[in-house]
Amino acid sequence: MKIKVDERGYYGNFGGAYIPEMLYPNVEELRDNYEAITSDPDFKKQFDQLLKDYVGRPTPLYLAERLSEHYGAKIYLKREDLCHTGAHKVNNTIGQILLAQRLGKKKIIAETGAGQHGVATTTVCALMGVECIVYMGEVDMARQKPNVERMRILGAEVRPASSGSKTLKDATNEAMRHWINNPTDTHYIIGSVVGPHPYPEMVARFQSVISAEIRTQLKEKEGTELPNYVVACVGGGSNAAGAFYNYYDDEAVALVAVEAAGLGNTTGKSAATTTLGKPGILHGSKTLLMQTEDGQVVEPYSISAGLDYPGIGPVHAHLFETGRGTFYSVTDEEAMKAGIQLSRLEGIIPAIETSHAFAALKQMNLKSDDIVVINLSGRGDKDLETYIKWGKY
Amino acid sequence: MTNRREIVSKVEMNRIEKLFQTKSSRVLNVYFTAGYPKLDDTVSILKALETSGADLIEIGIPFSDPVADGPTIQASNDVALSNGMTLKLLMEQLKDVRQEVSVPIVLMGYINPIVQYGIERFCADCAECGVDGLILPDLPMHEYLEVYKPVFEKNGLLNTFLITPQTSEARIREIDNNTSGFIYMVSSASTTGAKTGISEAQEAYFKRVNEMGLKNPRLIGFGISNKETFDKACENANGAIIGSAFIKVLGQEGDMESNIKTFIDQVIN
Repeated sequence: MKIKVDERGYYGNFGGAYIPEMLYPNVEELRDNYEAITSDPDFKKQFDQLLKDYVGRPTPLYLAERLSEHYGAKIYLKREDLCHTGAHKVNNTIGQILLAQRLGKKKIIAETGAGQHGVATTTVCALMGVECIVYMGEVDMARQKPNVERMRILGAEVRPASSGSKTLKDATNEAMRHWINNPTDTHYIIGSVVGPHPYPEMVARFQSVISAEIRTQLKEKEGTELPNYVVACVGGGSNAAGAFYNYYDDEAVALVAVEAAGLGNTTGKSAATTTLGKPGILHGSKTLLMQTEDGQVVEPYSISAGLDYPGIGPVHAHLFETGRGTFYSVTDEEAMKAGIQLSRLEGIIPAIETSHAFAALKQMNLKSDDIVVINLSGRGDKDLETYIKWGKY
Repeated sequence: MTNRREIVSKVEMNRIEKLFQTKSSRVLNVYFTAGYPKLDDTVSILKALETSGADLIEIGIPFSDPVADGPTIQASNDVALSNGMTLKLLMEQLKDVRQEVSVPIVLMGYINPIVQYGIERFCADCAECGVDGLILPDLPMHEYLEVYKPVFEKNGLLNTFLITPQTSEARIREIDNNTSGFIYMVSSASTTGAKTGISEAQEAYFKRVNEMGLKNPRLIGFGISNKETFDKACENANGAIIGSAFIKVLGQEGDMESNIKTFIDQVIN
């Protein structure tokens, strides 16, 4: 494989494990064990069974005819929004909870931005009867209230991250601090393809079921496993990594990653990391990072809490640097309009994160014989308040 | 400039090694965050610490996301950054510090601001200012050995790695082989500023490491806040490091220099 993680966790120039010594034993334990555990037939059997019976996989690959007609190309939607809990995030949390059990961990912590990963984590903890604490930025708790209550209903403790900018990056800091303070009995379920090695690759592998299914389903429908484009939104980049994973080496397939440009990339209110970031180190890996000249992490902005992250998974930084990935960024306004458009054309209200992927279609100069697969990573139920506040529908 | 740097490194290098040659017990290392409480306090804090009897001083380079730090040091980082502290400014503040302060100085910082500053430039500026050692907690050992070590050595900078109660014996040996100056023994599984005293389990860990016969001196940090904890730490190590408790002193009302003196007096006497 050309896009491949090396022994130390690098994808080309990005990745690695930049962690204080206090986290070293935890991360080392995971690194030394996760491949053996996840390739064990019993693990695979249980993982596949839960994805099928509990999550509802395989998710459909749906030909969106009216959307296709509108853009003049054949557009398929990978319906991750139909996963239990409403987004792709649960693919990873199922994998990690099974892993945590096999590592003998009794407690789970997680960080969450929009709350989708928090809900997915809380859900699998309820399923397995494991204690769960979710860190969430105070600002995000206010703007994603329904998800906060969902987590509480599911029995988790939601702890506000009140340090720094009080959003996803600070929730991640707090979860890491919690792990430092509780190194032996706790597993940290990171929700995206970020963090120290082996997290980015491990999370991508759990999410790679998305592209494995796309290949099989597209073969049935189109007689080929290879679309012209696979499109996904990117915050940290877990749904994109899952949708791209089994296409890394198929150069005929363009991998399109869509970032959040907030109010615009020149306004200082954006989260478009590949446009505005430069190489740096945050949360344990070297990646592209929005930062000041002095190396202080800049607080990003997006209407979508799930894309509001100053970095990007190291694999995406590598896809960007090598040109294997094509990166677009779309503004709040463009994303909201695309979300309304999908609602009207297909009867599907997407999560605002996902709306960003749809907004990029306009920029792509599609041809009539192009086959496009968009990863519909999540549904918009959690975002109703934001849609209502935006109001232009 | 080059001449001056050579002179500085030849005449004054290894202040840390010299310190441990002359003093092998009750070494007091005090940490503070550059730019806290006020932007220009760096040199006056250094001077007051030296006068009060600190043997070694660790200056923290503020960072927006200090994951290994508890609330007190986090808050000092936030204040320092909003005061306008940068690594460039810190280097300017330290430019003539060796005319006024002679105790060893160690810079502690998360790796990202240093990477952005440029590792060659950073080390050269450290040498020129008379900095003696570095603690970069999120620098992986393989990267240190392959990339950073030659640059540190060229500039006469010693490198401290951390160990914790969870660090395996094999890794402690590896760290001992690749540390110069002193080993930073994190007292418990925690972020900085832990409030509890020193437990029996911690003492057992201090003793276990003490009996390993490591090459490097050891200083114990995290949760060292007063005479009692300092004395306890010194029973099984060469000394200890006070961070969060000292940051709290800096945040007190009144004359900063006399507050510093009072606090250090209480710890060491």
